[in-house]
Amino acid sequence: MSTLAIDKAGPSRKVKYGSMSRDRAWALRWSYFFLVLFAIFFLTPPIYMLITSLKSSAEISAATNPWWVFHPTLSNYVELLTSNQFLRFFWNSSIVSLAVVAVTMLISVPAAFALARMKFWGSATLATGVFLTYLIPDSLLFIPLFKMLALVQDYTGITLLNRWYVLLFIYPTLTVPFCTWIMIGYFASIPKELDEAALIDGASWLQTLTRIFIPVALPGLIAATIFAFTVSWAQFLYPLVFTTSVDQLVLPVGITTTLIKGDVFNWGQIMTGALLGAAPPLIIYAFLMDYYIAGLTAGATKG
Amino acid sequence: MADVALRKVVKRYDDVEAVRGIDLDIADHEFIVLVGPSGCGKSTTLRMIAGLEDISDGDIMIGGDVVNDVPPKDRDIAMVFQNYALYPHMTVAENMSFGLRLKHYPKAEIKARVTEAARLLDITDLIDRKPKQLSGGQRQRVAMGRAIVRNPKVFLFDEPLSNLDAKLRVQMRIEIKKVHQKVRTTTVYVTHDQVEAMTLADRVVVMNKGRIEQIGTPNELYHKPATRFVAGFIGSPAMNFIPCRLEDVGGTLQLRLTDRIAFALPPARAARYNALPRTDKLLLGIRPEHLTESHAHLAPGVETFDTVLDVTEPMGMETLVYFGLDGTPVCGRVDPNAGAKDGSPMRLAMDLNNMHLLNEETGVVL
Repeated sequence: MSTLAIDKAGPSRKVKYGSMSRDRAWALRWSYFFLVLFAIFFLTPPIYMLITSLKSSAEISAATNPWWVFHPTLSNYVELLTSNQFLRFFWNSSIVSLAVVAVTMLISVPAAFALARMKFWGSATLATGVFLTYLIPDSLLFIPLFKMLALVQDYTGITLLNRWYVLLFIYPTLTVPFCTWIMIGYFASIPKELDEAALIDGASWLQTLTRIFIPVALPGLIAATIFAFTVSWAQFLYPLVFTTSVDQLVLPVGITTTLIKGDVFNWGQIMTGALLGAAPPLIIYAFLMDYYIAGLTAGATKG
Repeated sequence: MADVALRKVVKRYDDVEAVRGIDLDIADHEFIVLVGPSGCGKSTTLRMIAGLEDISDGDIMIGGDVVNDVPPKDRDIAMVFQNYALYPHMTVAENMSFGLRLKHYPKAEIKARVTEAARLLDITDLIDRKPKQLSGGQRQRVAMGRAIVRNPKVFLFDEPLSNLDAKLRVQMRIEIKKVHQKVRTTTVYVTHDQVEAMTLADRVVVMNKGRIEQIGTPNELYHKPATRFVAGFIGSPAMNFIPCRLEDVGGTLQLRLTDRIAFALPPARAARYNALPRTDKLLLGIRPEHLTESHAHLAPGVETFDTVLDVTEPMGMETLVYFGLDGTPVCGRVDPNAGAKDGSPMRLAMDLNNMHLLNEETGVVL
């Protein structure tokens, strides 16, 4: 048998064959090495925040080991969670973020559907244009935007500046283009026959969107939702510019403006506030990840 | 149920004409198959009937009404796609009832129709499954079920079996035929597989380069092809085309294939071809089953000749033999016990009663 002959000849020729399991083992080792490295790198700040949030002001300013809590206390948490001001920031952030997510989805999902499926004149250019608007940084946009809204306020008499709800007009300029772009990608991956089948079954475009495309592209929708929420929740520059009164501030701006008095940094509370502020996105991620099942289109067509 | 009519239907993509003026009448209850090579315009024609493609020119009528500008959902048609196009997030029952639910049918009726269709297609056990839990054949059944429950005027099938393996394809072909015999809905079926076309169709429409080459029953297409394209497309192995010319020898009309081989035409054929100019470049069209082994008692019109076989292909119930006539490759079908061997000489018989004569330039069967 030819295979036997090869087996016999093998050792004498001393050909060095790579071993698949050995290759894989090395790949895994390198993966773990870098993953651990990155985990340390990215988890150090939150851990430092946690440690500091459990210290009293006296312990923070004392010259002890900053990486260890000698007298743990929850006083920072108690103070913040009983402070109406902090709860107000939290409330403002929640309302703004949730409303922005809703507005973003209401705009970007139909927009993406139209751009991906309803071939009309200029749709491809428009799709690219949508994405290009996302590339303009907010640090360039905030002054013109401020001017614009001031103008609107002057003409209409509706107070917009220094109100939390002004952010509902501002944030979507960041979230809508990107979410539209993500959704175009997801919708484009849905086989064309699926909407043709729906059309023939008697669905209108709107019904095709709501009953076929949204359920099938749910993973994409969730990714877009997470993105929109995170961007809104973490936004700093726009709320800093557009809101100034303490009762109108959102969390990131509120923490930095009220807990830093002159050159006095209330580190314990700043860290506690930051940690509490990081909780909602984490919870949202954890909650939505359960629904984030990739490959939902499996079975639609021959795979 | 309804008849379908196409009048001078044209489809242009920019400056390419995919469909070049098609006329077609499909009777009520009829099973029509559009067949042709890829790019012949058959799928485009089907999609125009469905309303998924606008027509550039002409008229399409369903049940006597011109539907050129009627959207697909109002044409009362159902379509089965090559890749099934099932809604992945819905169960089989939900997939099948989607169209009815959109039209707000009463729940009891929807259930009754889905149950009936599932029974017809033998998928009752799968009714609560999602498409991804189904095999290819089962998915295609569901896709057909989705069409059947709607009880539409017309069924449209777009290469529904192309994604299935060979064995399943044969099985599903029979299923489709059975279903049509039960529901009798007017059906337009697109395929590139001539066997599918022959086995399923009441009438076959052979298309090529955006035009209809011939319309006819499977038998008509097989035995009386109108053009070289149809003659070569229908039948497997394909019809042989051998260059030849007509000669008058001693008052009889002869067909000369090579310097060595010439046959006297049977009287019926001679009468038919007698008026042709002797100078025309002609092709003899002869199917492999009319090129068999020679035996002692030959019927009139069957002529023998000797040749040397190049290759033989034993198929079990027959053996295909390949040889050359002046460089033209020719295929014959002989009995497996006739002793055909690669490279060996053999005496073959050609049944000229079943011959076709074609004009080489125009490709028209004379």
